[in-house]
Parts: sequence; structure tokens; C-alpha cells
Amino acid sequence: MEVVSPRTLEEALRLRAAEPGLMPIEGGTDVMVDLNFDRRRPVGLLNLNEVPELRGWSRDDGLLRIGASLTYAQVRQRPLADTLPALAEAARTVGSPQIQNRGTLGGNLGTASPAGDSLPPLLIERADVELASVRGVRTLALERFLLGPKRNALAADELIAGIRVRPSGARQTFMKVGPRNAMVIAVVSLALAVDREREELRAAYGSAGPVPGLVTASTGERETFPELVAAAAEPIDDLRGTAAYRRHALRVLVGRALERCWA
Amino acid sequence: MSAPPARKLQLGRVGETVQRVDAIPKVTGEFAFSSDLFAAGMLWGHTVRSPHAHARIVSIDISQAVPMPGVQAVLTHEDVPGAKHYGLEFPDQPVLAIDRVRYFGEPVALVAAEHPEQARRAASRIAVEYEPLEPIVDAERALAQEELHPNRPTSGHGYREDPRPNVVRTMVVRHGDPDAEGDVSVSGVYELGIQDQAFLGPESGLAIPDGEGGIDIYVATQWLHVDRDQVAPCLDLEPERVRIHLAGVGGAFGGREDLSMQIHGAMLALRTNRPVKIVYNRQESFVGHIHRHPARIWAEHRADRDGKLKCVRMRILLDGGAYASSSTAVTSNAASFACGPYAVENALLESTCVYTNNPPCGAMRGFGAVQTCFAGEAQMDKLAAALGVDPVELRLRNALAPGDTLPTGQKLTGSLPVAEVIRRCAAIPVPEPDGLPRDAIRLPGGSGNVTRGEGVRRGVGFAVGFKNIGYSEGFDDYTAARVRLFTDRSGGLVAEVHCAAAEVGQGVSNVLVQVARTELDIVDDVLLAPHTTATVDSAGSASASRMTWMSSGAVRLACAAVREELDRRGGSLDPGEEIDIERIYRHPRTTPLDPETGQVTGERAHVAFACAAMRVVAEVDTELGLVRVAWIGTAQDVGKALNPQAVHGQIEGGTAQGVGLALMEEIQTEDGLITNASFTDYLIPTALDMPRVVAELVEDAEPDAPYGVKGVGEPPTVVSTAAVVAALRAATGRELARVPVRPEHLAGL
Repeated sequence: MEVVSPRTLEEALRLRAAEPGLMPIEGGTDVMVDLNFDRRRPVGLLNLNEVPELRGWSRDDGLLRIGASLTYAQVRQRPLADTLPALAEAARTVGSPQIQNRGTLGGNLGTASPAGDSLPPLLIERADVELASVRGVRTLALERFLLGPKRNALAADELIAGIRVRPSGARQTFMKVGPRNAMVIAVVSLALAVDREREELRAAYGSAGPVPGLVTASTGERETFPELVAAAAEPIDDLRGTAAYRRHALRVLVGRALERCWA
Repeated sequence: MSAPPARKLQLGRVGETVQRVDAIPKVTGEFAFSSDLFAAGMLWGHTVRSPHAHARIVSIDISQAVPMPGVQAVLTHEDVPGAKHYGLEFPDQPVLAIDRVRYFGEPVALVAAEHPEQARRAASRIAVEYEPLEPIVDAERALAQEELHPNRPTSGHGYREDPRPNVVRTMVVRHGDPDAEGDVSVSGVYELGIQDQAFLGPESGLAIPDGEGGIDIYVATQWLHVDRDQVAPCLDLEPERVRIHLAGVGGAFGGREDLSMQIHGAMLALRTNRPVKIVYNRQESFVGHIHRHPARIWAEHRADRDGKLKCVRMRILLDGGAYASSSTAVTSNAASFACGPYAVENALLESTCVYTNNPPCGAMRGFGAVQTCFAGEAQMDKLAAALGVDPVELRLRNALAPGDTLPTGQKLTGSLPVAEVIRRCAAIPVPEPDGLPRDAIRLPGGSGNVTRGEGVRRGVGFAVGFKNIGYSEGFDDYTAARVRLFTDRSGGLVAEVHCAAAEVGQGVSNVLVQVARTELDIVDDVLLAPHTTATVDSAGSASASRMTWMSSGAVRLACAAVREELDRRGGSLDPGEEIDIERIYRHPRTTPLDPETGQVTGERAHVAFACAAMRVVAEVDTELGLVRVAWIGTAQDVGKALNPQAVHGQIEGGTAQGVGLALMEEIQTEDGLITNASFTDYLIPTALDMPRVVAELVEDAEPDAPYGVKGVGEPPTVVSTAAVVAALRAATGRELARVPVRPEHLAGL
């Protein structure tokens, strides 16, 4: 299989436009699994690990720009972890330390799994996805980027360049339920923020619907919020858990998260 | 007279902790596992497997695959040179499916190509036309459905005649008066899912033609000689022309007792006259070996007011899947150990294993005793609650002791310190609960960060289990060892030990060397020769917690003979002179159980027994149903610890496997198709799921065993599932009659 390794974003975008059959790859923690299981047979791989514009993160007047290549291990590091605490907590739940060293936020967005651990924390911070192509750069609200199970709004010639987010400063947390105490795919997950400034409660669930979903309410609705989130979710029965359990767990998680973030 | 030169081998004898011979290479990643094998010019083999659980094969068309790039051979059942069927105990399994497939993943055709990807692509071009048949997937219904094996392969082997369709074996043990009543009775129905051995090293091996029509097979296996004896007839070769050599084993746990790639690799190698390597991928590995039998168990325990067991009635239904494998012995074991290590005057125990189109099941660590221990110990706790007696006290009141008679009528003549393991385990101080706040990873849910202590309740459980050591019911079991004594260039005396005992990670390599050092304290060095069928007779299987006992017995005999010969020659060897002696060790004979009554027909049906007691502290998030096993204390009957550190390792590993069955490990199926064949969805415990284990070794010498040793690999697995679930019941108050326990069940949904 051909592996193409562009050295600049511009080169990467040109290759992407010229050969849409190339599968973009960063840490490979999802792509390589698909290749191993023969679920995908792309004509080649577009290796984005050598593209400097996708690395690191920066802050400009309160707006964070996070490169798509940022790994979960980097997300866990301060000061970024203090700025997006729920995202850092989510990163800690991803796989093993080895996977956290390889897996990236860009890859999580690209896979667009209902169980993607970084997605609920980004949703409660109303993050935008930065999509680049030879045609230019556009941003799309994460909610609109996620279209369905493992489906996103990426055009055939586009690459996920990064994430733009204005951290709310709200108290927030992330929780993930799995039958094992580490290295699990979420049976159900939750990110929740209590945004005093905007008097808003924001919750986003994972693994409880075709896409991670955002649910909001005013801080005055604290009592009914667990039920509201549980009712908004659209869980199914699958081999990892039942719909009834997922809804129940969401209710419990929202209650605990509110307690944790209320002070 | 000057002092004799210091010998290199003053350390590392029997009873001392010795570092594993493979410890450093395994830790540094240099150890060659069977999947790392390489031979110049080798081809890669690939197996075409059935996508159906049950289907008739209408046709197999290989014409599109043969001309594919790199392809050197495409084989089907028509190309099997000799016997078309094989099996560990009964030849009921086709080498390659002929006209029917009976389980998901059953091998149908083989390809060898220059590159594994070429082999895989060619395999996808083999057109197999199937006519799907209704799969038999429910063990109870199977007893009234169409026969999967109308020729009844296990019939006529001295087992009880059971006319119902699809019975692999039925075992009934009638002991005393099965209708005896007690003052109190408790009952329950229990269920266990399919557990997988989940070894990390997938099935793999390398077959190399010897150029004279014979074959050398390097493979990860548990019993080299029984592999040879199954492979040779299928290749139409004399056994001597098939040589099996042990390759690096990445875990076994019973899952490598049956053949995987051995015959297939050899067929491809002999056809192409080139070395052929086969490595299963992870998904394939889940269909590439047998699993632990799932079970449904109906149990009733009757006791008098003092808590003395009066009668145990148990019906055990095991799903054996598509082929017999070792199911007949598992069936018998389940019945033999159904009552637990307790003295019971009266019992009616019925154990049945059936054929279905579910994944085939066979040997796995604990071998039938795991299933009944889970049910039996839950029953003992119910009984303790019904009587208002402390669960530990109830177990002590009923503990088996030497001189007692088992439900099979076998009198306990050897060691079985049940009361002592209970007392020693109960005396281990249980630590105080960890305080709050603490890092989420030390709370239920772990890194998932779901609780800071909300909903968490602590529970303590206790269980006792036992099982047999060695092969049972009249099996003529033996182990051979050969010791070569010679002088090296510097005049030192060297002993070279040959034994085909499979090192499967349990540490038998060290045992072989330790025994030779102990018995031949005159030598300067002990070398361990490769494990192979080529230079020594059979060692038997690395199974049934038997290998340490059997192989140390054999090496000891060979060493004694070598020593005697050396003495006869005056106590020394000249350069170039050698002594080379092979000896066979047998344990005390066993005899079959009566097919009608399940009673012994001689002195014993089982060679010996080992027991363990375990206490588990678990914290349960009762709202979310998540668990943290916080602490485990155990006391295990080990006879004599030949290598204490290795014994502790076996106890920890065996316990972890039982924790896995209790909490997460289950092969899930839908109409016989495995739906979670990956380590993403078949979960095994991580370091965060497995606490420290405080283990007490109870050394009560087994009179019939060399050094008084007992096998130690299985008792922890037998007891730990039961002990963990007991802790969960204590924390939640729920019945939890099925393992693995799922979060929704703990949460009461």
C-alpha cells in the first residue's frame, strides 16, 4: 500500500484534492484497526504526521486553535488541561497510555464514532471544526459536523485542520461508563458544564444515540436536567449494553456531574 | 586436601525461588513466540472459514483462486492425504469441512502464497456455495433436535447410554439416598457465559518439509506427542516422520490442547515442498480454539439445623458446541466436583454436555470445576443466610478431610487440607477501606471518572473450591524424561535434561532444571534440551495441573538412574564418555466411574485433589453497576512449592482469569455467530481491575507425589469467580445468578 507523507499543509491539501482515495491517517489507532480487520482497503494512506501546521495549539484573544494532530497525552497536559478540563478528563479515559500517545483529536473527529471520547467535551464548549481544502478554509459547528454513526461533513477534498473553541471557563466534567476500569469503549459517556456566566447547563452524551448529542437548559432547571438529558438520548441495545441501562446511567451521571460542578 | 571447587549450582534447587529461564527475554521483547518464526523461502498459509454456524456445503470452486499472484497451493478436504477427521479424544472433526459446516469459523479450505496478503486475497476468491441450515443454539432444546453427529462419536466408550439426541456425555452420580431430606433447603438456577482463554499469542506455527516426505512442525501447543498422534494419520505418515517441536507459547490455559494450524500447515508444506507459516489474526483466534463450556445449573442443598449438609442435588447442562474435544472429561469433572470440598452423605448429581452449533468448547483452566464452584458456593452462602450461620463457619463444619468419602465413593487417601485453607485464608487481615477522596482510578469505574464515592458500597465474599490434579477415570497417563550426563571441555560434569513438557508460561522449564540440580548435586551444570517429540517420549499434557508433578517425577527417576550408573562406573566420566537414560513416571492408577451410578470401580477415579479458599473485598457503584475489586486474600493447598515465586505467579494469574469471568469475559453469540471477536469487545481484566493478592501457601505434602507437590494453576481460577460474585452479592443484596455479572444486573435493571 502506498503511503504519502506531505511536509506542509499546502502539499497535503493538494494531494487530498488530487487523490481523494487516499485515507488520511494520524495516530492510526482507528485506521489501522480497520485495515487489520479488512474493513477498509484504501488505495493508499495520506500520512499527516509530518505536517507542522496540524501540530500544537495556540491562543489568540481568548480563541483557542487546536491542531488536528494534538494527541490525547498532550490534551492531558497543563495549561491546556486547565482550560478545557472535561476534554482532559476524557483524554485520560482513552485506551492505554500507548494509545493516548498516538491517538489524536483530529482522528477522533474523522472517525466520528458515537462513542468518540473527545466529542462530548468539545460539544459542551461549542467547538467548531476547521476544515481545509485547496478551495480554502471553512469552520463548522461540531454539532453540524457530526452527521451520523461514523459519518461526518468532511468533503472529499477536505482535511480536518483543527478545532476552534472559546473556552467558557465553566465548571465541567467528563464521565465514561464501561464494564472495565480502563481501556474500554464507552457504554455511555457524558460531558457536563455548569455555565454560571450564561446561566446555562450544557450536557453532551456519547454512545447513547447515532451521534453525540448536546442538551442545554437554564441553570434554573437543575432538578429536571437529569431526566431531560436521559429523555433526549436515543440509545439502542447492542452487545455493549442495553438502551434501558444507558438511559438509566445517563440520569445517574447527570445528577452526579451537576453535584460535582455546581459549587 | 584443598576444598572442592565451588559448584555453579548451589542455588536453584527444589523449594527455592528461581528466576524464570525466560524472564529476561520476555521482559525485553526478545523472546521468540511461535508467531515470530521464520524460515528461508517460507510461504504463508491462510484458512478459509465458514461464515455460517450450520450449513450444507453445496460446492467448493477453487478455480478463481489458483491462478492468483503468488499462490502455490489451494487445498480442500479432497487433498487431505490420510484420515479426513481428527480429534483430541474422538475423531469427530473434519480436517477441512466436507459436506457440512457445524460452527462459525470452521475451516473449509487452505491457501499458501508467497505473501500473507496474496494468500488472503486468493482465499477470498474461493467460491463456497452454502445452503444454510437452522442452527442448534440452545443447549436444552438441542436434546430434542436433529442429531448434529448421527454416528454418535462418543458412544461405546463406556459412558452412560443416553438416548437423547446430541448428547456428548451424561454423567450421573448417585450417592447414599438422593431423596434424603434436611431441616433446611435452598435452591437456585445459575448460569455461566462462554469464557475464552484469551491468550495473547495467537495460534501460529511453521511447518517445514524434511525433503524425505516427513515434516517438522514448530508450534505453540500443550502436548507435543498428542499433536503428533493426531497429525500423522491425517497426513498418512508414520508418527516418527512427524516431529513436533515446541515454539514460544504466548499463553495456553487449555486452548492449545486441540489442534489449530498443525495439520493445515503440514498439508500446505508437503504439497509445495516449502516451509509454510500460519499465524491467525485476533479475530480468527477467537474461532481458532475451543472455549470454556457455558453452563446452566439447577442446584438444591439440604442441611440439618446445625448446617451439616444432608443432600446435594444438582443438574448441570454444558454446551459443548459443534465437536467433542475434551467435553466428556469436563462433563465428568463438573459432576465430580459439584458438591465442593464438603462432606456430603447423600447426593444426586447429573451432568450433561450437548452438541450444538455454538462455538466448540473444551479445556480451560478449572475444567468443569469452575462452573459448579460458582453454583455450589452461591448455594453455601444461601444456606448460611437461611440458617443464620457465618458463611466461613458453615464451610468449616462441612469441610472434607482425609478419610472422608467423596460422592463418587472415592475415599480421600491423600492430602486435602480444606479446613486449614479456610482457617488460614480467614485469618489474613482484611485491610480497612481506602478513605475518600481518592483518585477516580481507585474507585469503581476507574479511569471513567464516574464517581467520587457516590453510590459505592463495599462487600466481602468468601469461597472455597477444589478440583483434581492429573488425568482421571483410568487414563493411562505418563511422563518421560531423559537425562544425558557428559563432561564438558573443562572437565565439568553436565546433565542435559530432555522432556517434552510444554512450557506454556507456567514455569515447568525451571522445575525440570531444579529437579535435576537437586537429584544430581554432583554436576557442574544442568542444561535443558529443546522440548520436542524427536528425542524423548511423551510428557503428557500441560493440563489438569499435572505437569509439575508428572515431569518432576520423571526427571527425578531419570536422574536417580543416571546417578546409579555413574556410581557403577566409579563416580566419574572420562572425556567423551556419557550416560544417557530415559525413564517413564506414572502416577497411581485410576479406574473408570461406573456409568450407571457414577461410583468408583477401583480405589480411585481421580489421582489427587487440591483446594483453595479466597476472600474478596469489592466496592460496587450500586447505581451504575460498576465494580472495583479492592483486595483479595487466599490460602491455597500447594502440596510443596517447588518454586515459591512461580507459585505466587500462578495464583495471581489464575485469580485474574476468574475475576475476568466474574466481571467481564464472555464470548457473545447471535445464532451461533460470534459477535465480539476482538479485544475491543471481549474484555479481560487490566491492572486496574486486578488488586494485589495476598496469598498463603499451605504446604501439606501429597503422599503419592514427588516432593509432595501438587499442581497450582487451576484452584485459583476455580474459586475466584465464586468469591468475587459473593462479594458483589454482599455489596448489593442481589442474587446475581449469572456470570459475567453485567452492570445492568448490579444496578438492578
